[in-house]
Amino acid sequence: MDPFTLDTGATAWLLMSASLVLLMTPALALFYGGMVRARTVLNMMLMSFTAIAVGAIVWTVCGYSIAFGSDIGGIIGDPLSHLGLHGEDAESLLAGSGVPFLVAAGFQMTFAIIGAALISGAIADRVRLRTWVLFVAAWIPLCYAPLAHMVWGGGILSGSADSLAAWMFGTTGSGADAVAAVAPIDFAGGTVVHINAGMAGLVLALVVGPRLGFGTDAMKPHNLPLVMLGAALLWFGWFGFNAGSAGTADATAGLAWVTTTVATAAAALGWALVERIRDRHVTSLGVASGIVAGLVAITPAAAAVSPLGAIALGAVAGAVCALVVPLKHRVGIDDSLDVVGVHLTGGIVGTVLVGLLSVDTGLLYGHGAAQLVVQTVVAIAAIIVSGVVTLAIALVLRATVGWRITPAEERAGIDISRHAEAGYDLVGSLASRRDRRPVRIEPAPAPAPTAADRTPAPTGGDVR
Amino acid sequence: MKLITAVIQPHALEAVTDALREAGVAGLTISEVAGYGRQGGHTEVYRGAEYRIDTIPKIKLEILADDADEPGLVEVIVASARSGRIGDGKVWSTDVGRVVRVRTGEEGPGAL
Repeated sequence: MDPFTLDTGATAWLLMSASLVLLMTPALALFYGGMVRARTVLNMMLMSFTAIAVGAIVWTVCGYSIAFGSDIGGIIGDPLSHLGLHGEDAESLLAGSGVPFLVAAGFQMTFAIIGAALISGAIADRVRLRTWVLFVAAWIPLCYAPLAHMVWGGGILSGSADSLAAWMFGTTGSGADAVAAVAPIDFAGGTVVHINAGMAGLVLALVVGPRLGFGTDAMKPHNLPLVMLGAALLWFGWFGFNAGSAGTADATAGLAWVTTTVATAAAALGWALVERIRDRHVTSLGVASGIVAGLVAITPAAAAVSPLGAIALGAVAGAVCALVVPLKHRVGIDDSLDVVGVHLTGGIVGTVLVGLLSVDTGLLYGHGAAQLVVQTVVAIAAIIVSGVVTLAIALVLRATVGWRITPAEERAGIDISRHAEAGYDLVGSLASRRDRRPVRIEPAPAPAPTAADRTPAPTGGDVR
Repeated sequence: MKLITAVIQPHALEAVTDALREAGVAGLTISEVAGYGRQGGHTEVYRGAEYRIDTIPKIKLEILADDADEPGLVEVIVASARSGRIGDGKVWSTDVGRVVRVRTGEEGPGAL
């Protein structure tokens, strides 16, 4: 098929995939919401939902342009090239594909949203919603979109002739067709989404500081069925993330679907095995976390490894993430819901293992160490970019609007103290127990007594 | 009149309520509670980190009884809740000054 005519099959699959990836963020709200304590569940879920609200707008206004606009120095795209997603009409196809430009822009939007939402787990229970909203509004155009440009938009971490990889191992082809001889592989966002979000989570956890009671209180998840439901929906949505990143409905998408499934299966078992040996019991939180760790790790590798390679990659990622997660207690960093332990760690494991397990270029398939070197360099570069930019944004927000709610608000629980509602107000009494101004409701006029009011209740079933 | 209060193992609830029903108890109140007794708390490894668990989940039963029925009912509860291991719980009874049935306003033993 001529790539420059509308491909309805590819377009249908990408519209479906975009919708699946968008579903991942409400799924993350369930996953994270179940992991926090009962008195903070609503704020936690709000952080994901506001990431959608803010991210969709920021991406439309300038995020897409910065990520995929015309290149400026290999670092960012020109923010003016598709400002407000203008500059192309609705019929235009994305260059070199059969998919409308707006479908591609929408698909990419959902990645920016989930990337930002993932970070919220590192700073659960303790930050002002307004600061979080401002953070998302700044982080997507200043950190996410530039990294997406560097890796996917032809920038310095891509496989272009002007990239870091080309500088290290030279180019093939000539003139306008020249590309890096050993191109970095990030199929669906191991660096752009997961290393990026994981590193940002680490920086924010450090800048914001630990929750009151971190290190002494157990702070166990309050609703594990919610966590399991979230993990299930994340897995389902991830098919759009990985198989959708093929850009069309073809064999590559099929390979990505299979590798995504088996790597995730292996990671769930890998995490469970570590728990069984170390803690003497397998937990539902462990299996749910293993699922996410596997999904993260296969993301950069989904079309580069074989199904068996994906099983190995997933098993390693699940076990490694399970071992890294408790280290936060040793170093005293309150990465509350393990964004670092799962997303940064899983993203690094997946990105680096591509260098070993890539069927066409990996070390274990006899293609030398060049891919491994490129993958490692790109992972380190992503860590640096994300760390530096996120730190700058976080410090500016700390000096201006401030991150933390007050200790009293935190002790009472952020839901009731900042949002005036409770996740599980089963008898309707929680809100009135606090020192809040009561809502005035005018009493309804008393209805005239009816015959039913005067008739005593039936007495047949007296139990005492 | 007496108020019998029993704090028991959650898994003993069915055996205790069955035994009380057989003994003719027509009503009781059940709450989920947590606490600690002589056995204290314990440590637990969760997600690779060790935690001290100070309280253990228990079930609390409250039964209003006639003075004459009280000794027998306490024995029924103790017998049906006992596993012989630490943590089986406690049963105690206290005097009750006044009982009113809300629906009818009836007072005293007739309201039980």
